[in-house]
Amino acid sequence: MMKRTFSWLSAWALASGLLMVSCSFPDEKDDTDPIETGTIQLQFDNIVGNQDLQLDSTRYVNAAGEDFTVSKLNYYISNIKLTRIDGRVFTVPQDSSYFLIREANSGSQKLTIRNVLTGDYTGIEFMVGIDSLRSVMDPSQPGRKGILDKDTGPTNEEAMYWDWNPGYIFLKLEGASDSATTANGKYYYHIGGFGGRTEKTLNNLKTIKLNFPGQKAIVTTSIVSNVLIQADILKIFNGPTQWSIKKSSGVMFSDSSKIIADNYAGMFNVKEIKIN
Amino acid sequence: MGRVTGIMSFLAALLALAVSCKKSSTDDPEPKPSDNTPTPLQWTKPSYFPDPVYDLSKNPLTVEGVELGKFLFYDGILSRTDNIGCGTCHQQQAAFTHHGHDLSHGVDDKIGTRNAPSVQNMAWNTSFFWDGGVHDLDMVPPVPIQNKVEMDERVSNVIEKLKKTPVAGAAKQVDYPKMFKAAFGSDSITADRMMQALSQFMMTMVSATSRYDYFVRGDASALTAQEKDGLSIFKQKCASCHAGELFTDQKFRNNGLTPNRINDQGRYAITLNADDRLKFKVPSLRNAGLTAPYMHDGRFTTLEQVLDHYANDKPGSKDSIYVSPTLDPLLNAAGQKRGISLTSAEKQSIIAFLRTLNDDDFIKDKRFSDPGVGTAF
Repeated sequence: MMKRTFSWLSAWALASGLLMVSCSFPDEKDDTDPIETGTIQLQFDNIVGNQDLQLDSTRYVNAAGEDFTVSKLNYYISNIKLTRIDGRVFTVPQDSSYFLIREANSGSQKLTIRNVLTGDYTGIEFMVGIDSLRSVMDPSQPGRKGILDKDTGPTNEEAMYWDWNPGYIFLKLEGASDSATTANGKYYYHIGGFGGRTEKTLNNLKTIKLNFPGQKAIVTTSIVSNVLIQADILKIFNGPTQWSIKKSSGVMFSDSSKIIADNYAGMFNVKEIKIN
Repeated sequence: MGRVTGIMSFLAALLALAVSCKKSSTDDPEPKPSDNTPTPLQWTKPSYFPDPVYDLSKNPLTVEGVELGKFLFYDGILSRTDNIGCGTCHQQQAAFTHHGHDLSHGVDDKIGTRNAPSVQNMAWNTSFFWDGGVHDLDMVPPVPIQNKVEMDERVSNVIEKLKKTPVAGAAKQVDYPKMFKAAFGSDSITADRMMQALSQFMMTMVSATSRYDYFVRGDASALTAQEKDGLSIFKQKCASCHAGELFTDQKFRNNGLTPNRINDQGRYAITLNADDRLKFKVPSLRNAGLTAPYMHDGRFTTLEQVLDHYANDKPGSKDSIYVSPTLDPLLNAAGQKRGISLTSAEKQSIIAFLRTLNDDDFIKDKRFSDPGVGTAF
């Protein structure tokens, strides 16, 4: 049992470690050159097909023909990496790379990444959810505070953590639908699962890679690029596997959550880049 | 710049000196070595128990920390409705289970899905709850606090409520900022400290003074002949799962209970591994005579019913052992009837022995009792 615990943890640790090493930005060759940094903004905009997402008030229809409203949409974005035009990858420092996007809180949708090495960037990579290493870190450690604090702040208030099976809920989508089979006509999708602490289990961690369309995000000491990333939640229903609210109105820690996670992995796209 | 900093630090040093001088000159009616240092509390394990699982080095016990934990344990302020504390469903006279309740009973008379387990000897638990989902004692309290049908509160809101104490006009005046300061040296109230205080209190809740314990420690007269007989049968027929001095191997097993109406899959809900279907944590049997009803959903009200289930010997009735792929092999030995063969006399002896695990000192120990802030129903 103990042995298995260690082997799993060490496997995760090793994998994450390798990932970090291979992706960290190589040292500038000329160290007499001061390293210049700037700021990039990532603006997340949640939409439904071609409409803007409005909480509660608007009814939408999915590919299964089911109407639905959205009362809550939250998801974590983490482990952000930016690809420069020369192919080098800038990894946002781990501790500054966890965000909880909440549709009900517009401030939470604008991520400001500081200390980005200057250059022209052509793409972005991020994770939806919280990586396994951070998920198994002792909750009293500094790395589990701030937005990751399970006991205070938005993560606690929005109930984005499973206490009974410790781990973050990566994405939470709730609303009402005439097709819901629950007593109150609501549907509840709470998707999480980082792979398991002591033994292998559900892993819904999704890494999203997006290229910037036709345009570069320029980062200089004075120019701030704003990358507008749309998340089309209709794709949660109309993704690679069509999802029906009637078939399942409540999904939490279960195998079927994989379908929803696979679907939302495809919901992001870069709409445009504004240079300020 | 450097000069300014220098002057500033000089001033700060002067100020510190002034403060410390002032402090030493004031009269302290109760002379104590240090005002803000909590008093360390030595925790010792019973010699025949294994080493504790909980890491005391990360949360050393103090008198004030344990006291704070006790208040938090009993105070309904942990619930949304301010009237359900941990002690509501974990009552001392029932060895910290919910006497008379098969399923847990929470806010607004909501009913949970599982039987409230005993809060005792938590120091040795490798996992918590019937499905073992939680691996660290510090992470146990948020589970009932934030469960919709138990205490239905948010920990963040509990912290805010604790900060606002004492509440004017409240029946019981509890000053949590003062108690946190006594326990941790400053009055900052955080979730980490709250969980640590609760863990400190729960660490002290050790049951090891039953008649069986006196027997183990060398008093052969502590058990009757029937009880000793029961002990020896128990060791042959029950101790492969209810192993060691804590009477559990801490594993997850399917003991052949027919799935209940909600088809509770137990450990499977945590691992999603088909091999874990219908498996639940093997509970300790310490104080078993006080913790009825039994099983994860409290379906059996007496120890006799429990043993009848395992013996699978009800005349004329169908097999009491539910057969499924994960049924424990120990209950499914080839070439014999499913279950554990037990004569009626053996059952009586085992039950007589199990009652020697009742720990009267533990359930009456004032150190673990409600300090006057609790509610029970």
